Amino acid sequence: MSIATDTQIEFINISKSYDGKTMVLPNLNMSVRRGEFLTLLGPSGSGKTTCLMMLAGFETPTSGEIRVNGESVHNLPPQKRDMGMVFQNYALFPHMTVGQNLSFPLEVRGTAPDERARRVQRALEIVRLEDYGDRRPGQLSGGQQQRVAIARALVFEPGVVLMDEPLGALDRRLREQLQLEIRSIQRELGVTMVYVTHDQQEAMTLSDRIAVFNHGEIQQVAAPETLYEEPAREFVARFVGDNNLLRGTVRSVDGEVCKVQVGEGLVEAFMVEPLEVGDQTVLAIRPERVVLSPSMEYSNTVTASVDDMVFQGDHWRVSVTTFNQPEFVVKIPNFIGQGGILPGDRVRVGWTVIDCRALPDESR
Amino acid sequence: MALSLTDKRLRAALLAAPLVVFVAVTFLAPLALMLVRSVYEPAVADSIPATLNALAEWDGRELPDEEAFRIAGMEFVALNAERRLGSVATRVNRLQSGMRSTMLGTARALGNDPPAGSWRDAMIAADEDWAEVSTWLAIGRAGERITPRHYLNALDLDRGAVGEIVAQPEDRRIYVSLLVRTFGISAAITLISLMLAYPVAWLLAHAPPSRAGVLLLLVLVPFWTSLLVRTTSWIVLLQNQGVINDLLVVIGILAEEQRLAMIYNMTGTIIAMVHVLLPFMILPLYSIMRTIPPRHMQAAASLGASFWQSFRRVYWPQSLPGVAAGSLLVFIMSIGFYITPALVGGRTGQLISSMIAYHMEQSLNWGLAAALGAILLLLVVLLYLIYNRLVGIDRMRLG
Ligand SMILES: Nc1ncnc2c1ncn2[C@@H]1O[C@H](COP(=O)(O)OP(=O)(O)OP(=O)(O)O)[C@@H](O)[C@H]1O
Ligand SMILES: [Mg+2]
Repeated sequence: MSIATDTQIEFINISKSYDGKTMVLPNLNMSVRRGEFLTLLGPSGSGKTTCLMMLAGFETPTSGEIRVNGESVHNLPPQKRDMGMVFQNYALFPHMTVGQNLSFPLEVRGTAPDERARRVQRALEIVRLEDYGDRRPGQLSGGQQQRVAIARALVFEPGVVLMDEPLGALDRRLREQLQLEIRSIQRELGVTMVYVTHDQQEAMTLSDRIAVFNHGEIQQVAAPETLYEEPAREFVARFVGDNNLLRGTVRSVDGEVCKVQVGEGLVEAFMVEPLEVGDQTVLAIRPERVVLSPSMEYSNTVTASVDDMVFQGDHWRVSVTTFNQPEFVVKIPNFIGQGGILPGDRVRVGWTVIDCRALPDESR
Repeated sequence: MALSLTDKRLRAALLAAPLVVFVAVTFLAPLALMLVRSVYEPAVADSIPATLNALAEWDGRELPDEEAFRIAGMEFVALNAERRLGSVATRVNRLQSGMRSTMLGTARALGNDPPAGSWRDAMIAADEDWAEVSTWLAIGRAGERITPRHYLNALDLDRGAVGEIVAQPEDRRIYVSLLVRTFGISAAITLISLMLAYPVAWLLAHAPPSRAGVLLLLVLVPFWTSLLVRTTSWIVLLQNQGVINDLLVVIGILAEEQRLAMIYNMTGTIIAMVHVLLPFMILPLYSIMRTIPPRHMQAAASLGASFWQSFRRVYWPQSLPGVAAGSLLVFIMSIGFYITPALVGGRTGQLISSMIAYHMEQSLNWGLAAALGAILLLLVVLLYLIYNRLVGIDRMRLG
């Protein structure tokens, strides 16, 4: 999989306020590469839709500039932006058949009838709805309607396709199936995609890169693996996957490694950004990187008491109390079995320096 | 408590019963009575049975024979003595003008001075009309119990000497052209209301909820104001020395002698009725437009459509059920509207309703009023059926 690296879309110092008082987006800088699948991920109200609406031309930035292919789109109305959009509730036109829905963007562009028919047919094939051209949207299932909406956003071969939580209304199985379809369609057509979701799993499945939003600010933009393995901010560590978070104070610094005092104990951690002695920090440790009864090479080992164990299929979720804090989670892959422990047991748990990331403390 | 199906039905019937009775007594019964009255008129037949009996054998070509003259004359005199001839004469008069005075005058003359010889000669002496065949034909027709004459009359038709249907003379044709005018004015009112209401309904349907509430209130205020108040306000505004004309003269757009005639004519009727009926157009439009997601217009724009393309291809078709409902409502209400045209319509702005009212209240020709009403009803029903075929009433929602 190769991704062209030239920039197609740029958000430059974008701010947005709807009411002139509260800033929904204080200062946003972001770029999207040609042919890439970029996902805006964040909790509800974090400004993802706002971002997409400004890109599509339905909202104007309060300040700053959006550029597409190097040119400002400030004065371009939505219909001139050449962006296909898929809305959460499909927004299919109920009085037109599926075929007419797909044909609509081509008709308003003045595409010749035979070319139109060819493209509509091709778009229906892409979403595997060849036989549904004569149905009305009301006669389709939710998943089929969403496929039509996707086909409609693709049929006029726009430079960019925008999707705002397109799978939000579907059940999980269907959602997962459509995720894979969207992904393969995007890869196949090589179209640039900006996708909004608050489901981190979905973002992981689909994206080349993910931009994590919180309170209108981008916390981190990175490929899914990087985001998971190397969260740069506390919010990302919290939001993407599960993490154990321990708060503490930096006691000593040695290169990229620091020693952090958590409660009574001392923990060795990898510094994501330079910290100084005395700084407050948050340590992020993935539950699946914590091992029971660690061997000598684990630099961090502590004693913990087992509070609860829950079987989750592929793993056991063990929650323990350590550093006098409950809810420290350890995931034991189920091929190890239960690990021979029971609630109430005292165990030793451990993790390596590299799996323990010291992030700046954002709690204050 | 489990109710069986029949119990439930019974309960539903009982709950609906008061309304059913009310509607039956105040609406269906009068309607039925009026429809009957439009074809059934026994008053004359009951009053002069002997005369009508005598005329039944008459061929209608020459004057009736002496016997018929005698029977008729004696019956008129007898009725006149009981003061019951007047109502009969009025009804005959509707078929042939002048007959009221002819009949009453003759009865008086014969009553004062009963003829010794020929009744025929005496009656003709009393009034020359009795020498006309048409006079006797009119009496014969007035005596029909079941009669199409009100309907013929309402359609500007009449019957000729041998009962064939002929057009009324030019100067007596009024109803058909009035009916046409009523439909024309109603269509104009409907169209103007639609053009005014559509943008307002759009605004209402897509404004933020807080603002939409206030706007909706403004639309509803007219409902809480008396129709009479609203209509008379238009008189204040539109009359020759009214607010609008004064204003136009003061700011110099019109000279003093150019004041516009905006009331007591068709213009006045149209302006005032559009105002009165506007909410009935706005509300169905609003209720439909509210169900059209604003996202659709955005989706259309993102697909490359200009505002007008989006509107024409995406929004308008979806708003059609509201357009249909509002238009039908306003059109049907205009056709039967009475108070407003009566007050501001002058001579050229009157609708068929004012004719019906005239025959109900002034001329007391209830049969004709009923026939006009029935024709109106029939036309509206027809229109509704055509409309249903075109638009589909199931697609139409009132709210
Ligand atoms: N049209 C609007 N008028 C006023 N405020 C708005 C408008 N749209 C969004 N907001 C506000 O802007 C903020 C960001 O909203 P936005 O819709 O961009 O969030 P989001 O990340 O898409 O959330 P969600 O996942 O719930 O869709 C929210 O606080 C919201 O209340
Ligand atoms: Mg959103």
